[in-house]
Amino acid sequence: MIISELKPLEELQQALSSCDKLFLVGCAACATACKAGGEEEVFKLQEWLATQDKEVTGSVVIDEACHIMRAARDLRHHRNAVQDADALVVLACGSGIQSISSNVEKRVVGGLNSMFLGNVRRFGYYEEMCSLCGECILNETAGICPVTTCPKGLLNGPCGGMTDGCCEVDAEIECAWRLIYERLQAQRRQGVFARRVPPKNWSRRRQPGRYRLTNGGR
Amino acid sequence: MSQLAQQLASGRFVVTAEIAPPKGTNLVSALAGARKLQGVTAVNVTDNQGANMRLSSLALAAQLQQSGTETILQLTCRDRNRMALQSDLLGAAAFGIENLLLLSGDHSKFGDHPDARPVFDLDSVQMLDMANGLMAGFDMAGKRLDGVPRFFPGAAVNPAAEPFELMFQKVTKKVASGARFFQTQSVFERGSLERFMAAMAPLRAPVIAGVLLIRSAKMARFLNANIPGVKVPQPLIERLECAGDPMAEGLAIARETVGWARELCQGVHLMTLGHEDHIPEILA
Repeated sequence: MIISELKPLEELQQALSSCDKLFLVGCAACATACKAGGEEEVFKLQEWLATQDKEVTGSVVIDEACHIMRAARDLRHHRNAVQDADALVVLACGSGIQSISSNVEKRVVGGLNSMFLGNVRRFGYYEEMCSLCGECILNETAGICPVTTCPKGLLNGPCGGMTDGCCEVDAEIECAWRLIYERLQAQRRQGVFARRVPPKNWSRRRQPGRYRLTNGGR
Repeated sequence: MSQLAQQLASGRFVVTAEIAPPKGTNLVSALAGARKLQGVTAVNVTDNQGANMRLSSLALAAQLQQSGTETILQLTCRDRNRMALQSDLLGAAAFGIENLLLLSGDHSKFGDHPDARPVFDLDSVQMLDMANGLMAGFDMAGKRLDGVPRFFPGAAVNPAAEPFELMFQKVTKKVASGARFFQTQSVFERGSLERFMAAMAPLRAPVIAGVLLIRSAKMARFLNANIPGVKVPQPLIERLECAGDPMAEGLAIARETVGWARELCQGVHLMTLGHEDHIPEILA
């Protein structure tokens, strides 16, 4: 899921300084799961806005804010409250915020910073394991992504900063290449170590990404 | 053919040192420092070392090269994508720079611009392949070059890294990708250097052992805490701590290390960090 966190309140205060009436939008998918933009957080935001002398005209938690059409539909159901507001405050990832901003003429204020595509290690603890690079090497690296979990994204083994099998960037973190090496050894496979990996094709990750299923998918 | 390449080919023990470009445009002390280096085959010019922004290694190396000092241009993958790396290498060739040390580079987080976006478009193995491609007359896109550079590409290694086999598989890749020599991270233990050199034997690539002048126990502890890949062993820290004259002890340690390197390796790389005037003592 997309991991996001509430922006610093001072930043929100500033962003909302010229708006008195606000409509609030949350997201029932990722932002709810990482406790940044669900029912509970929308309610807390409403309470905080009251202390800032702002009026909340209404709120909605959209099933998946990143779904542009669904966001449009949900906003239509709250047409009057939206109309009444000076701005919409969105507690969703950057993708969700833009679903909303592409559906309304009004000013949209994002309340969250989006961080990464995260795995849940345990409740409230998320780790980035995939950076959506468009050219997956996991089948050769024993299911551990060096593009993401090596801070340098190296493709041919560890850098000179590996110390006792740990990462130079954070000594608490095991070197991604060490983990790949150990797991491949346990599986008695050479995997990625059998070849020199050529430079990555970053054109696969050209932004903005666009993808269209053809023939209804494969 | 560079002097470095010639001397390594002829089996002569080589000595390299290093100079850091200034923070700013004042090259006076860097150029004067290079002139003072005695008994040195070539001088490494560091590239935003420790991820601290400085004048470009290519600019200083070009100046040194033109004033008659042979250089080893250091180039990291941290700050440039594959286009900029190729451009800089062609530029280096235009200035007569042949020796290269091609590195991944310390992560940006360690330096004075921790907010910078680290690039790492290539890794060091891929950069070696690229340099060899340029030498063969082609860029990474397969386009033919008008004027072909001549390089003597080298790579870095930390001989004491663990797990050893994991570190060494990358050394093997670097040799396969055209690394013609290795300069090592600072070595402090004879045993780990011996093990490394034994593994290197079949690869036939010359090794220049890194020797760091440690001036005090405090400096050793700072290095251990802050410099990736540097691990000064506790007994050495204690030697420096107990010494009446820590600088003299540091010089003695460096001299001992040079002694093992003369037995085991093909050269030494002296990292004296501003105390280049002590190089003759270390080599004595």
